Amino acid sequence: MELKTKINAEDGKQELVITRDFDLPVSLLFKAYIEPGIVEQWMGTKVLKLENKKHGGYQFETSDTKGNVVLQINGAIHEYIPNQKITRTFEMENSPFAVQLEFLEFEALTENTSKLTMQIVYKSNALRDQMMQLPFKQGINMAHNRLQEIVNKLK
Amino acid sequence: MNLRRDVFQAIADPTRRAILLLVTSHSMTAGAIASNFDTARPTVSKHLKILTECELLQQTQNGREVHYTINAERMREVAEFIEPFIKMWDDRFNKLEDIMKNYKPEN
Repeated sequence: MELKTKINAEDGKQELVITRDFDLPVSLLFKAYIEPGIVEQWMGTKVLKLENKKHGGYQFETSDTKGNVVLQINGAIHEYIPNQKITRTFEMENSPFAVQLEFLEFEALTENTSKLTMQIVYKSNALRDQMMQLPFKQGINMAHNRLQEIVNKLK
Repeated sequence: MNLRRDVFQAIADPTRRAILLLVTSHSMTAGAIASNFDTARPTVSKHLKILTECELLQQTQNGREVHYTINAERMREVAEFIEPFIKMWDDRFNKLEDIMKNYKPEN
């Protein structure tokens, strides 16, 4: 099955562009980014702060099933135009990864469909490639951990 | 690990992805591949060299002509490698879409 999400990462550049068409009016797509309760649902994270305005900021916190905080994310909001645009930074706290810059553009395709274009700019080309490989590596780690758990039970 | 990264960069480039798509159905000469692009021939040659070095393309000698074919096994390996990142975003956006389709304003 073809994925609806497209990612374009040109060789040697330090950015990538994620595009996705939604069967949603642009106002609902935008709402999913600004209502803390909704962000929590689809991002799978807790929203500690979300100030939707220029000079605003946000803070997310993700915990594992045991309640240990595993990921803290924060950023500053630089541009905020309802139903059109959010420009923000994105930083994973206590991680070796440098802050990244995100340009989110929301556009209406028809009355009931919309498009999101997300341009992410990283500190370097190497960092971008590293970030793209992260879910793959996490997948391997998770598989290893599961294996380890099973092995532990056998002991 | 280095080889892995090179392969990753190879398929991240849109022109090289287009080349891979072209040769999926049948083998082609460098000239036939280049005729599909506006870019200069040496640029296409450079892309072919990278794809061959990463073993995504295979060269076969056919008389005086060199034909390029796709290395399906290698492609599968790479797809597995980059897919989790795209899949992560696609899953997230699918969830967003589902939630908002059922969204009812409180007032």
